[in-house]
Amino acid sequence: MKPPRFRYFAPTSVDEAVELLSTHADAAKVLAGGQSLVPMLNLRLARPEVLVDINRIESLSYLRVEDGHLAVGALARHRMVEKAPEVAARVPVLQEAVRHVGHVQIRNRGTVTGSIVHADPSAEMPAVLALLDGSVRVVGPSGTRDIPWQELFLTYFTTTLGPDELAVETRFPLPPAGAGWSFMEVARRHGDFALVAVAALVTADETGRVKEARLSLAGVGGTPVRPERAEALLAGQALEDDVLAAVADAVREAIEPESDIHASAEYRRHVAGVLAGRALRAAMERARRGGEG
Amino acid sequence: MLPESSRHRIRVTVNGQVYEREVEARLLLSDFLRYELGLTGTHVGCEHGVCGACTVQLDGQPVRSCLMFAVQADGREIRTVEGLAPDEERLHPIQEAFWEAHGLQCGFCTPGFLMTVEAFLRENPDPTDEEIREAISGNLCRCTGYVNIIKAVRLAAEKLRAGR
Repeated sequence: MKPPRFRYFAPTSVDEAVELLSTHADAAKVLAGGQSLVPMLNLRLARPEVLVDINRIESLSYLRVEDGHLAVGALARHRMVEKAPEVAARVPVLQEAVRHVGHVQIRNRGTVTGSIVHADPSAEMPAVLALLDGSVRVVGPSGTRDIPWQELFLTYFTTTLGPDELAVETRFPLPPAGAGWSFMEVARRHGDFALVAVAALVTADETGRVKEARLSLAGVGGTPVRPERAEALLAGQALEDDVLAAVADAVREAIEPESDIHASAEYRRHVAGVLAGRALRAAMERARRGGEG
Repeated sequence: MLPESSRHRIRVTVNGQVYEREVEARLLLSDFLRYELGLTGTHVGCEHGVCGACTVQLDGQPVRSCLMFAVQADGREIRTVEGLAPDEERLHPIQEAFWEAHGLQCGFCTPGFLMTVEAFLRENPDPTDEEIREAISGNLCRCTGYVNIIKAVRLAAEKLRAGR
């Protein structure tokens, strides 16, 4: 199997990469971890004339906790995030989610930021970005801007990034101290993309009721989904069966899953409601223990 | 008209030996190893990152060689299954374990398993069965049913611990 012909550039700085992208614009694709792009090239589903490989821009390989954020550089591999003690301590839901990304060989190459701007709606990283109300920092010819997740994802595999812009960093706001969390996924096989994945974040009051709850779903439409009505229903509630049943209904209303070879839309809708309840309970359990593991 | 295809001079260390070659940008690392270097121990299965047969180590970590271009390996160290055995006469302890525990039948997937398991046991010398299953989940085998592969990994871990 051979990918189509392309011209290859391996810039060593962000400026150089952006210059290449503005010169070649729509003809170019950015190559980071390559775990989604290279299969598409091998299968000739993508035929870019130019590849701009950012793997030589070493300054983009970092994780930093700063200004209440976890900043993940564009060359931070999934594996780096999986193993970083600061991720385990400050954003454990991200660490749990990243373990669901492919397999170790994929995680050794694939990047968190690349997964996000690839915008596969059944991928785990975009759902975590939405859960934490994160953003992606991009650099283009006219400078740097942060794109909040709500403005980033348009539909399947489509974002608002310009063809001359490079995503240089993903910014995950740190969850509030003591927040409980959960990430659950149903997939056909271990390491597959999610049929449905649900991430939850819960803070609890002293009586064990929900102060604030967030839910984020993958695999249920063209973009990650935050079911706002379901989240609003949870405020001030204990997680009793009737509350969770109402939340499950609200989740199912908020999504527009499609049928494909892996699962029907009806099945995905059903699973989304079930997983939301389970994830909320697991998150609440952690919140009661003060957000510990 | 076909777009241009760029060519690049690369210098790669494979199993300790330095190779310099000129490659077309679109040449996959898996094909580079097999066709340019004649190292056909790295097998090519699905060529889109699912089966794990082409797993090699890049700077010591297992990666899919079908999801990288040879040009990206410039200046890096690659280890393939040919780099496991200490010499022509002896097998690596992990290879011995796969042999003794019947961890292979047709053998097509085996190089990928070996390169995955070698890195895994370096990080986790005494794994549980659950950890072994997780570690090899990115490698497909259509003969064994995995039971003997898990046994082989367990045996390999014992051998490696004993050899330390």
